[in-house]
Amino acid sequence: MLSKIVRTISDQLILFILIYGLYIIIHGHVTPGGGFQGGAVIASGVVMMIVAFGSGEIKKSLRERHLSVVESSGALIFIGMAFAGMGTLFFYNFLVGTPVFGGIPPTGPNPGDVWTGGVIPLMNFGVGLKVSAGLSAVILAMALFSRGEETEE
Amino acid sequence: MEFLTVHSPALVVAVPLLAAFITPLISRIGNKFRDTVNVTFLSFAAFLMAVLAVDIYTSGTRIYTFGATVPELAIPEHYMVPVRIIFQVDGISIFMGLTTTVVALAALVYSLQFVKDETGQDRFYSLFMILYVGMVGLEFTGDMFNMFVFLEILSIAGAGLASYRVNLADAVEGGFKYIVISAISALLVLFAIGILYGEYNLLSIAALAHNMQFTTLDMIALALLGIAFVMKLAGVPLHMWAPDTYAVAPAGITPMIYTSSAASMYALYRITFTLYGGHFDTTAIGWIVIILGVLSMFIGVMMAIHQTDIKRLMAYHAISQSGYMLLGVGVGLAVLTDPVALAAYGRDAMNGGIFHIINNALYKGMLFLTAEAIFFRIGTRDLNRMGGLGHNMKWTTIFFIIGALAISGIPPFNGFASKLLIYESVFRFNPLLSVIAMFVSLVTLASFTKVFYSAFTGPEMSAYKEVREVPKSMLIGMGVMAAAIIFFSIFPGLVVNTIVAPATNALIDQASYINGVMGAVP
Repeated sequence: MLSKIVRTISDQLILFILIYGLYIIIHGHVTPGGGFQGGAVIASGVVMMIVAFGSGEIKKSLRERHLSVVESSGALIFIGMAFAGMGTLFFYNFLVGTPVFGGIPPTGPNPGDVWTGGVIPLMNFGVGLKVSAGLSAVILAMALFSRGEETEE
Repeated sequence: MEFLTVHSPALVVAVPLLAAFITPLISRIGNKFRDTVNVTFLSFAAFLMAVLAVDIYTSGTRIYTFGATVPELAIPEHYMVPVRIIFQVDGISIFMGLTTTVVALAALVYSLQFVKDETGQDRFYSLFMILYVGMVGLEFTGDMFNMFVFLEILSIAGAGLASYRVNLADAVEGGFKYIVISAISALLVLFAIGILYGEYNLLSIAALAHNMQFTTLDMIALALLGIAFVMKLAGVPLHMWAPDTYAVAPAGITPMIYTSSAASMYALYRITFTLYGGHFDTTAIGWIVIILGVLSMFIGVMMAIHQTDIKRLMAYHAISQSGYMLLGVGVGLAVLTDPVALAAYGRDAMNGGIFHIINNALYKGMLFLTAEAIFFRIGTRDLNRMGGLGHNMKWTTIFFIIGALAISGIPPFNGFASKLLIYESVFRFNPLLSVIAMFVSLVTLASFTKVFYSAFTGPEMSAYKEVREVPKSMLIGMGVMAAAIIFFSIFPGLVVNTIVAPATNALIDQASYINGVMGAVP
């Protein structure tokens, strides 16, 4: 556990890091970035908390079991979207033209409408869940191992 | 049924992937439930593979374009080249897919009891399914970049599984070697793909083959791809990882990793025959493949003969057997541009080499399983500390005898069928190669006789009086493979005509692979 100054600043900063990560995930289909990058940003927030508060403290609120559930659901969202297109073909983008993320952006330079892309933003979201939970679990496990603790199985 | 047939190429990959993703969730309900779900999903994938196989053998190559409106729409409207992810399944792809599926089913059933008392089973089954997905994807894909992705998937899953038993001291070393080798070969592949993409702006294998110029850059890419896949399939100058990894991987996994080497061999054939087919000096490249094959055969078996660790011994034999496959197909490649020689013996040599892939996956896989059955009961892989196990482990002994006779090429087993094809056709190409192949086969027999005598025969040892036969699921796993071996031994002609000959044709007939995707383009 680090000094009180570091802990207080980390407490404030984590909010911004999480929002930035979510921003990158949600805008994945219109700007550089996407599910993996945003998830990695969120996981870096977890790293900051582990450094500031120590892995023992973080372990109480961030359980490996729960992270593993989130990770699996992220993967399931991704493949579920692919299966949902099976009416036409596997991975068919069935949401284009519907009210959900259905907009079709104009060709050429455009302001970057988020409400486009069909299943791609949803898949980005799934990947983001998987990466943030998976990377956090890996880092937490490594932090706990280096202290000589066993993770729960 | 119509729906299943149309979507089978995608579903064969998607269903096991779904199983891998739900395994961590459903294991909360109970281990039995999770095992049942996994076996069900893999059986369903096997059923889909069979449906796909029947369709391909009756109506030819199948193309599945992900995300398009119809599966055959490889080139979207207003485009001149394929841009989407494509699965292109032809004779050789489905042949490899069937091999993988049989091995995976047997290995999964075997593993049910084998890992029953270990920790981390959720991850074991998840990674197992992902390994299967990686292999099938590598075999089905019609896109260079996807080939790289699936190669990575199978490498990472394989490395995780190889080091699964971390309580054994050397397991981590085996897994680490595997991931280092895989990372190097994957980077070489990626670099080669970068060269090809930079040159042609294409990633689809068919479109690349259509536009192939064979410039100096293409030669560099060919060399990089060749080195990478020879490394992954454990051909002799680059085989150093195989014994360590095969020896320590858990029982069900060793056959799977071995089959993933076969998948890399498929990738090598796909690159040389389809991507570059006819553009290079086939005789020279063919001889390189032949020399690699002969080296693998000879050095593999010579290293095997003095091993005392039963799984290391079998691992060296695995390297040696890969040599036969390279030899057979290499002869075919060397005479590819000579229609007379190709018809006279080249086709038969390739049939032999390709038939050997499935034969070897079956009997080698089963031998690995028997070795691990012994380890499961007596806790050692050291041949010097075994003896008299035939008294108590009767079924394991029978399965071992079947496997040992098959790998040594003793008639009437399936190993004999494929080796005879290789001997006869290679003899007409170059008699010396055939003599070496026969000699290697003899040494293989000698080596397995040694294993049989030291492990199974002799008086019952007092230390192993209490040893019992392995549990049922493990016997079923070995039994599935033994049944397949016996079927292949009784009907080799039928097997060669139905599944091997289409595979050979698919490799030789580069034009039809290209037309499958590029048909509309002049």
